[in-house]
Amino acid sequence: MTGMLTRKRFVLLMAGYVLLSILVLAGAPFFGSERLGLDNVKNALLSHIPHVDADIFFHHRIPRVLLAFLVGGSLAVAGSSLQVVLRNPLAEPFILGIAGAGAVGAVIVISVPGLSIHFGPFSSVQFFSLLGCILCVGAIYWLARSPLGVSMNTILLAGVTINILCGAAILLVRYIVSPHLLVTMDRWMMGGLDVVGYRELSGLLPLLLPGLALLFLQGYALNQLAFGEKMAMGHGVNVASVQKQVFLGTGLTTAAAVSLAGPIGFVGLIIPHAVRRLSGVDHRVVLPAAFCLGGAFLTVCDLFARMVVAPTEMPVGIITAIIGGPVFLRILLKKNRNM
Amino acid sequence: MIETTMDRKILSVQGVNYKYAGSDWQLFSTSFAVSEGEIIGIIGPNGSGKSTLLKLASGVITPDSGNVFLGEKDIAKMKRRQIARILGYFPQDAVGHFDYSVQEVVAMGRFPHRSGAGFLSPHDMDVVGQCLLRAEVEQYRERHFSHLSGGERQRVLLASVLAQEPNVLLLDEPTSALDMQHQVKFFRLLTELVAEGIGVAVVTHDLNLVSFYSHRVLMLKDGKIIEEGRPGEILTQETLKDTYGEGVDIILHPTTGLPIILPGTGLEAQKAKTS
Repeated sequence: MTGMLTRKRFVLLMAGYVLLSILVLAGAPFFGSERLGLDNVKNALLSHIPHVDADIFFHHRIPRVLLAFLVGGSLAVAGSSLQVVLRNPLAEPFILGIAGAGAVGAVIVISVPGLSIHFGPFSSVQFFSLLGCILCVGAIYWLARSPLGVSMNTILLAGVTINILCGAAILLVRYIVSPHLLVTMDRWMMGGLDVVGYRELSGLLPLLLPGLALLFLQGYALNQLAFGEKMAMGHGVNVASVQKQVFLGTGLTTAAAVSLAGPIGFVGLIIPHAVRRLSGVDHRVVLPAAFCLGGAFLTVCDLFARMVVAPTEMPVGIITAIIGGPVFLRILLKKNRNM
Repeated sequence: MIETTMDRKILSVQGVNYKYAGSDWQLFSTSFAVSEGEIIGIIGPNGSGKSTLLKLASGVITPDSGNVFLGEKDIAKMKRRQIARILGYFPQDAVGHFDYSVQEVVAMGRFPHRSGAGFLSPHDMDVVGQCLLRAEVEQYRERHFSHLSGGERQRVLLASVLAQEPNVLLLDEPTSALDMQHQVKFFRLLTELVAEGIGVAVVTHDLNLVSFYSHRVLMLKDGKIIEEGRPGEILTQETLKDTYGEGVDIILHPTTGLPIILPGTGLEAQKAKTS
């Protein structure tokens, strides 16, 4: 795709992505391990006749599909932005340790009973995972801004190291924690989208909405950053401000995603690459398109997770890792060939 | 060469100092100005501070002390977009990531003139088209920037900087990857641009291009401007020997009388040794 982005082209491309999202969002709640009677759902909606199928549909499947969509979309937008700011095609919240750091925060709250505080739809899990994500993002920002000129590969390795440290921290918590909490913790760690209702969903929005807004607003400037900081400044971009907003936005969106769904990997890697192949590299399209495609992708992955091993369910993180691992390797090998 | 009035300063750098964190090297209180209609050649050995001086002049780095003015305005008090509408900066090491097409890269130069989502107006498209033609990269407009050769990329980046429609251009080794024909074309283009009223400061290691095309020369060494003047005054055997050491000879062009710099035969040095 080499055409220049005009308003018309933007609208056409986005219409395609939005249509895909709507199809997936509308279709996904009808599938699952339990076969639902559509008449029962329809009667409940139109004539207020209660039925267990309608309960599953409205109170279990719809919130779950919405959560999958929001989490997938957010991680994909965060990945797209990080790849430009760090000028590394392998950057994404999971690989850079941001999701891991958020997970440490959340695991601490889950395992220390006194720390788990609920206020309305919000809980201290969100707060602590935000704290973890922001600390990690802060460390990456500090490395990236270092006047000594840290290479972008070093930052990626630093992220991998943070991930290992987070893994160790989580093992430590597991070791200390009382055994009956282990199951809850493990399911959460594997990345699961079950057990949510509208209440938990609404609790995500205070982190997710400002985070996504911060990232979406950077699309035009991010194109410039792909040519390095000096070129971008020369063209009139306030580089330091864009970087700060991207890192803050990434921290917020990742924290929101991780706090409910656990550390789901590779969505932030696969989706940005797919979007750039499908509709070009202009980030005014890449960011919103990544949200749509990322959302649709994770929703479909979750559908598989619910159906493949029915009547039980598989954590969706396993599926994204199975698809994402080979993609990561492919990009890594391609990148090294180009060097 | 063409005489210029050099009365209207577009850019003036006043007593800037700069020290890199964790390094002993520094740029000492340096001042220079770029006026309408002139090409200033900035020369000096590796590590003499040429690129640092351009980064300071373009506001990419902030001086420890001293000021940079665009017209009457201090650039420290200006927004980057405001600066970019007046000043075009061509960095030495711009490497493209992701597969942007050539015309997308050139269109990036319209950033300071657009806001919001930045969709280009018909006027913007015209400017982009003209810049593609001027830098002779029109034929590559659909190609991926990353698939071009080093020299082609430099011409695309020049087009992108020109698309800013700046009044002053600061170019850091813009011809380092160009073949001789394109080097000459590049400097002819600069001559055309200054005839239209813009000012240019160009860092280059090609002393002959400086001799033939620049109106003034700044010579830097160890973080200081040590010489400033017309090419004929600066590019002499003596100053080049003081700055670069042995190894260059100078002859004068038979018709223009401008200095031509050649690799030294080494005979002078050998004579000195044997005697």
